[in-house]
Amino acid sequence: MRQQARFINIGERTNVTGSARFKKLILNGDFEAALDVARQQVENGAQIIDINMDEAMLDSKAAMVRYLSLLASEPDISRVPIMVDSSKWEVIEAALKCIQGKAVVNSISLKEGEVPFLHQARLLRRYGAAVVVMAFDEKGQADTKARKVAICQRAYKILTEQIGFPPEDIIFDPNIFAVATGIEEHNNYAVDFIEATRDIKRLCPHAKISGGVSNVSFSFRGNDAVREAIHSVFLYHAIGAGMDMGIVNAGQLTVYDDIPALLKERVEDVILNRRDDATERLLEVAAQFKGDGSVAEKVDDVWRSLPVNKRLEHALVKGITDFIELDTEEARQQAEKPLHVIEGPLMDGMNVVGDLFGEGKMFLPQVVKSARVMKKAVAFLQPFIELEKGGGRAQGKVLLATVKGDVHDIGKNIVGVVLQCNNFEVIDLGVMVPCAELLRVAKERDVDVIGLSGLITPSLDEMVHVAKEMTRLGFTQPLLIGGATTSKAHTAVKIEPNYVHGVVYVPNASRSVSVVQSLITPDNKTEYLARIKNEYVVAREQHARARPGEKLLSLNEATANKFQLDLSKVAPAPQQPGVHLWPDVDLTLLRDYIDWTPFFLTWQLSGKYPAILNHAEVGMEARRVFKDANAILDSMINDGHVKGKAVFGLFPANSDGEDIIVYTDETRSTEKVRLYNLRQQLKLRNNAPNCSLADFIAPVSSGIKDYIGGFAVSTGFGADEFAAKFAAEHDDYNSIMVKALADRLAEALAEYLHLKVRREYWGYAKDEMLDNQQLIRELYQGIRPAPGYPACPEHTEKGTLWQLLDVAAQTGIELTESYAMWPGAAVSGWYFGHPDSKYFAVSKIGDDQLKDYALKKGWNQQQAESWLAPNIR
Amino acid sequence: MTARLTPAHFRNLLDQRIFVLDGAMGTMIQQHRLEEADYRGSEFANWASDVKGNNDLLVLSQPDLIADIHRQYLLAGADIIETNSFNATSIAMADYQMAGLSARINREAAALARKVCDEVTQLEPHKPRFVAGVLGPTNRTASISPDVNDPGFRNVSFDQLVEAYAESTHALIEGGADIIMLETIFDTLNAKAAAFAVLKVFDEVGFKLPVMISGTITDASGRTLSGQTTEAFYHSLAHVEPVCFGLNCALGPDLLRPYVETLSGLAAGYVSVHPNAGLPNEFGEYDLGAEEMAAEIADWAQQGFLNIVGGCCGTTPEHIKAIAEAVKQAAPRRPKAADHSFHLAGLEAFSVEW
Repeated sequence: MRQQARFINIGERTNVTGSARFKKLILNGDFEAALDVARQQVENGAQIIDINMDEAMLDSKAAMVRYLSLLASEPDISRVPIMVDSSKWEVIEAALKCIQGKAVVNSISLKEGEVPFLHQARLLRRYGAAVVVMAFDEKGQADTKARKVAICQRAYKILTEQIGFPPEDIIFDPNIFAVATGIEEHNNYAVDFIEATRDIKRLCPHAKISGGVSNVSFSFRGNDAVREAIHSVFLYHAIGAGMDMGIVNAGQLTVYDDIPALLKERVEDVILNRRDDATERLLEVAAQFKGDGSVAEKVDDVWRSLPVNKRLEHALVKGITDFIELDTEEARQQAEKPLHVIEGPLMDGMNVVGDLFGEGKMFLPQVVKSARVMKKAVAFLQPFIELEKGGGRAQGKVLLATVKGDVHDIGKNIVGVVLQCNNFEVIDLGVMVPCAELLRVAKERDVDVIGLSGLITPSLDEMVHVAKEMTRLGFTQPLLIGGATTSKAHTAVKIEPNYVHGVVYVPNASRSVSVVQSLITPDNKTEYLARIKNEYVVAREQHARARPGEKLLSLNEATANKFQLDLSKVAPAPQQPGVHLWPDVDLTLLRDYIDWTPFFLTWQLSGKYPAILNHAEVGMEARRVFKDANAILDSMINDGHVKGKAVFGLFPANSDGEDIIVYTDETRSTEKVRLYNLRQQLKLRNNAPNCSLADFIAPVSSGIKDYIGGFAVSTGFGADEFAAKFAAEHDDYNSIMVKALADRLAEALAEYLHLKVRREYWGYAKDEMLDNQQLIRELYQGIRPAPGYPACPEHTEKGTLWQLLDVAAQTGIELTESYAMWPGAAVSGWYFGHPDSKYFAVSKIGDDQLKDYALKKGWNQQQAESWLAPNIR
Repeated sequence: MTARLTPAHFRNLLDQRIFVLDGAMGTMIQQHRLEEADYRGSEFANWASDVKGNNDLLVLSQPDLIADIHRQYLLAGADIIETNSFNATSIAMADYQMAGLSARINREAAALARKVCDEVTQLEPHKPRFVAGVLGPTNRTASISPDVNDPGFRNVSFDQLVEAYAESTHALIEGGADIIMLETIFDTLNAKAAAFAVLKVFDEVGFKLPVMISGTITDASGRTLSGQTTEAFYHSLAHVEPVCFGLNCALGPDLLRPYVETLSGLAAGYVSVHPNAGLPNEFGEYDLGAEEMAAEIADWAQQGFLNIVGGCCGTTPEHIKAIAEAVKQAAPRRPKAADHSFHLAGLEAFSVEW
């Protein structure tokens, strides 16, 4: 990892000469998909994207202009700088006329002599671009070290002395050529590049070195494992010599330390040209590394011979629990007091962990594993400490709780672990904690900081309530706010004004340490809180200002602009109407339907699955946590620790304005329940329709027979207990893992059930054939919006769903007073079958709709404002 | 007129004290409640399209009115006045079918400002006054599509912008501008085209004037309209090596402050700011008073953020007087020494630490 810290990844996939897929997309004019290629590069960690349209079959200039113009409208891609890659000057110049940022041009050279070189360089400066200069002169491309250095030095002199080109904006590409080709003269190419790099950096101050890395392994095409190893070894040495950046596939780079020893040795012989038979010897072993490139992990036990303190540190950093009690006992016998083991070697080890985490060299799953080791060691020492009556001195006490009405706690548990790792005492009250209980404990235990967590929107109101109560009861401790639906804006606008002693929004677990640290040191606290207060004043002002172009229509206007349903495409009657129960779902069926991407996000590893497994930076950690997850998943499924249940039903229905009427039977004469929906009221771009979910169901007046479905599933039965077993063994890592996996299984069950409904129970898509990636991208007909989410944001409608399907009695999935589902690993929603039905966000609604909705629900103003809080300003 | 102002001479002056820029032109014109006939004057009495609102045309049809506004600002304490040519490029003038008048308006705008400047300089010879020839953003954007259905579409190209800006720059220089100022930049690509044109014109005339570049952070998101952060904006135009980098318009001094601080910590050259008099109220009027505005700016000066300061929309000679008073005693910001760190930019800056 370390050697990559000083290295800039340039994404190579948006290159028609290097990627067959990208070339095909561009040739077919599918620019939309071609933009996705760029997006993936950025998501995979490319810091600059190289764009190349040099293809004989293509109008390169037109394609470049079109692509860059489209790219400018994609802020998630265009946030990074662009490298314009072309051998045609006219393409380069056209590209620079489309780029507002500071780009890099790849490349110009002395190939045609000094006159055109200077002309181009001068213009590049006018366009404000940095430049890659190839080691190429009138005599040809430089292959030896001496030629590379001489040409670069000459170009440097011309650029800096004749036209004052800033040296830091000059990037040399001293040419990476293929090695191990079987031709003897090629054997020293990598060495030539590496050694030239060293000299150029010395002779041309501030200039940079770059290169196209994949060239070096060209002779091993077809064997990606070996190619990646070659790239990684090459970069390790080139970066050591001063290479600053390279064009690489950001998603596919093995970590140098992870290359199996045998392969590494043979590759290194080739790259460094250490022996005459290096190529043959690499070929000998290349075949056995084909495939995933790794041979079985070997247990490395050299560390067992280190002194005990070092062993403890090693165990903490690597998260190894196998010997922890043995080593802790040995340390205890050497220590004067058992407490000293904690304060000495164990804390030292945790400090190393904290530093590595802070520097981005360790990732969250590793830190949680370290905490597991620490907890086990502390638990082992506890009885000895109690004998001595010492009591540890924690840095400070933090009370954590998921608020009343909410059951979600994965994020909060991670925060707890991270804080404990940093020597804070954490009192975790669990989930659904009533305000009074929370404040009673806070007072009794005299905590320093109170942290609230919540995932569903009603929890936001409960947090406001807690803040008000803290003021009323005279609390003075700072209040931390976290969880998926919380935000800086909400904290600033709604919570902070209710409590003067500090309210701080904490965006993620890693941030929690520095926040709590600042709040616990009296010297920093005042200053820190003052700064936060100022930030929130600004945030409130920002919020108070209407967004430009945001205009609210009246409810009548919005209704007049409703979505026009194509009545000829209404889905047919269900094959199996009525309510169905799956009392014990076979969980093995669900594995293939898991969407893993959010799972990695839980562990703060961001990137799309499966690409994340090969990510240059987090790939190794992602693979580890993925392996652990599958082991726990085996146990959850095979040993029956966790059970899944589902109830669902399909009913005759028609819409009436924003309401959906569900009938008792096909005569459609008696209303069974009525579903209340909200309608978008913001004026939308291009006068797009103002949708309500009711628009996707044929209206009563149409006389057309339409249907709606509902479902509730959970795979959380037994999950809490299974997780608690790990927690009791001080194993937060697996405890968090179980809950995160139960969540994934619930989503997978919802996906699988929806598929069965489409193909069989409702049966409107009998012939659908989609793979899991296509399912994740929602390429099927129909939608399954969940009450509480953007299309139907009002949570109490879940109550109607529960009534309709008798969910609680049939499955045991219950609703809390805030309408959170228990067990937490649960999903519910409505099924819409019309092919034009789509997800949308209701977003902001007006006072007229608020009143109208309150009337229908039989609410007073205050109740309405409370349940619809996220949709009113 | 004395010797031409060179970039080196201007830097030298900026090392000595904080310079004051003038305030809003539009706000002052508005106070006269001009009608269609006033805008037309005698020369354009029979012009085919409506010209009310074409403020730049007033340098031809109501030169005394514009000269008077310049004079008021100079007497209030401004060291630099901006030519009334914000919308005078051929691209923006096309709205009034007046693209053909672009060069003439720019030339007259500069000549008018020159005349008033020289007149006031004569009254106070120890305090020379300068004319900044203004190149506005135009009413088109080279990096944003005006058509939501086709994000790849553009209604103006880099080359068209270069052509229009080159014409305006030549005319501003002919009219007697001391400085060329690119201001209210909401799309950096437009500004890159403008800078490209200005440098080309300098090559053509054989000398260089000092250049000032001033961008606009559109709202509290901290970004330009085309999506760049302050840092990215700076690095995207640093190659122009302007004497001065700055921010203006859109926000009042309170909301602009963080970005001024960022820019001041970043810019290798000198720093200018001319904020609005707060945010417009529901009637579209600006109501931040002169004293309040000057108080915030006095603090900026104390913090060492400033080399040049003035006002944008909603400010008046009263504001400029208060601002001039507020910064009179403060030391100017010392420009940072250029280092050789490496920066690129997309919408965000990409900087490497080694």
